[in-house]
Amino acid sequence: MRVWGAAALRGAGELVLNVVTGLAALLLVAGLAVCAVLVPVGVRGPFERVRRVAGDLAGFQAERVLGAARRVSGRRELVWLVVHAVAGPAPVVVLWAMVAALDYVFLRMRPAETSVWNTFALSVATVAIAVVVVLAVPVLRRGQALPVRYLLAGLGPRERIRELAASRAAVVDARAAELRRIERDLHDGAQAKLVAIRMQLGLARGARDVEEVRAMIDEAREVAGEALAELRDLVRGIHPPVLADRGLAGAIEASALLCPMPVEVDIDLPGRPQPPVESAVYFAAAEALTNVAKHSGASRAWVRLRYGGGVLRLVVGDDGRGGVRRDAGGGVRGIADRLSVFDGSLVVSSPEGGPTVLTMEVPCVLS
Amino acid sequence: MRVVIAEDLALLRDGLVRLLSAHGFTVAEAVDNEPMLLAALLRHRPDVAVIDVRLPPGFTDEGLRAALEVRRRVPGLPVLILSQYVEQLYARELLADRGGGVGYLLKDRVGDVERFVDAVRQVAAGGTAMDPEVVSQLLTRRDRQGPLTALTPREREVLALMAEGLSNLAIAARLGVSDKAVGKHTNNIFAKLGLPPSDDHNRRVMAVLAYLQAVPR
Repeated sequence: MRVWGAAALRGAGELVLNVVTGLAALLLVAGLAVCAVLVPVGVRGPFERVRRVAGDLAGFQAERVLGAARRVSGRRELVWLVVHAVAGPAPVVVLWAMVAALDYVFLRMRPAETSVWNTFALSVATVAIAVVVVLAVPVLRRGQALPVRYLLAGLGPRERIRELAASRAAVVDARAAELRRIERDLHDGAQAKLVAIRMQLGLARGARDVEEVRAMIDEAREVAGEALAELRDLVRGIHPPVLADRGLAGAIEASALLCPMPVEVDIDLPGRPQPPVESAVYFAAAEALTNVAKHSGASRAWVRLRYGGGVLRLVVGDDGRGGVRRDAGGGVRGIADRLSVFDGSLVVSSPEGGPTVLTMEVPCVLS
Repeated sequence: MRVVIAEDLALLRDGLVRLLSAHGFTVAEAVDNEPMLLAALLRHRPDVAVIDVRLPPGFTDEGLRAALEVRRRVPGLPVLILSQYVEQLYARELLADRGGGVGYLLKDRVGDVERFVDAVRQVAAGGTAMDPEVVSQLLTRRDRQGPLTALTPREREVLALMAEGLSNLAIAARLGVSDKAVGKHTNNIFAKLGLPPSDDHNRRVMAVLAYLQAVPR
């Protein structure tokens, strides 16, 4: 009995909390509607800000209801916000109506004819309504959890399979294209240059004139230098040596040093992720920094890398002109593809006029 | 001049021994792994050490770590790091103790024998020899603050060559100007970077260091 009472009490508490968050959602929906008007005029800042708060609210609800970090954002989040703005306060209205009915039946109703049967019927009705009120609490709670489960809980098994198949296909394609590129680079580059060097040395062996021999050797040496430079670039693109040497912290710091603007690097990791994850996160960071250097016009940038709750979180920001679109293709799209292989996510916040913040998350374990 | 060599590939190790011996160096010991390198450096205290950055047992940056470690124990012991690739991060770590006598070159540079031997001598004498690749990476930066903004393009050019370990005479030859003009540039550079008068070697090291740390993190 006490257990049941505690559960009912907790259920009521949740309902009250849902009312509060529901009203908050209502305010946010109104806020988004107002700020959305400004977006076509080029003022994206307020909209983005309200949107972020809405995201936080969705995260809070998902955490409460599902007990897990949410992996969905975007349109479904907005739909949930609208639904919750209605569904959150709704139970209060329902319960209020029931209690009002109870009150009416129990206290105010004066039957025209007081018979034993009438009194009995009214008593039964009163008890029935009271029971319905109490039982309604968990039902309403479960009802309120449904939109969270359907809209915020991420993907169902079927969608998940589709997503995995797509990301695997993308990986296989990318891998194959990468191998083709490496093969071509080696074939047209270092390999061809080694052939040229052998040829030069063969010619030099047969030459008579000392000056001629010297010129041929010089040329061979120069070509060898070019071949080395090409191999170096190739190796760096496959797996940067500094990543093997120093892990993520050193490698990201090294690429920050290559940026034309000052980059503040703040990395605190209690261990190292698995090599494939490490490589993906490194290339994501390097790509993000390259984008900053090439397109943002920023005067400074910053990188922050943290690990918590089984998730590696990389944030790259700059004070540039903003306007980075996730779906615009190119670098940002590449980052998303790279991370999707490891179930990672990328959130882009880049209002016109800046600042741009890319938040990348990859679930992983550190060793 | 006594030299210790650390290189794990026998072909390159033998090549380095032959190359340096042919140019008047005495090879005290040539080793192929990090523990032996540390022991050799502490035993021989050579005039200069030529070290491959990647050595057994870990095949990461043991050579660099050993160099930094030995310079902690024997301050100023000249080391020249050879590598298949250059990282500014490593260049900065090497220069961080401000002791001078450090070099950081791509392995390719060994192909240009005269310049490579010059660089080894420069490092042995307490100077610096940074790879042109390290220097050119720096040139791509658009510095918006820091002391380097005060330098003229010509002075930057001179500073870049200084970082590669070139003497004033060599810089003059490279730029096709007089030795005296280069001397004037270097004095301007020292003044603009706020380096107090001291021996020339030390100031050159400090200038290069200022150059490498031009952009605050």
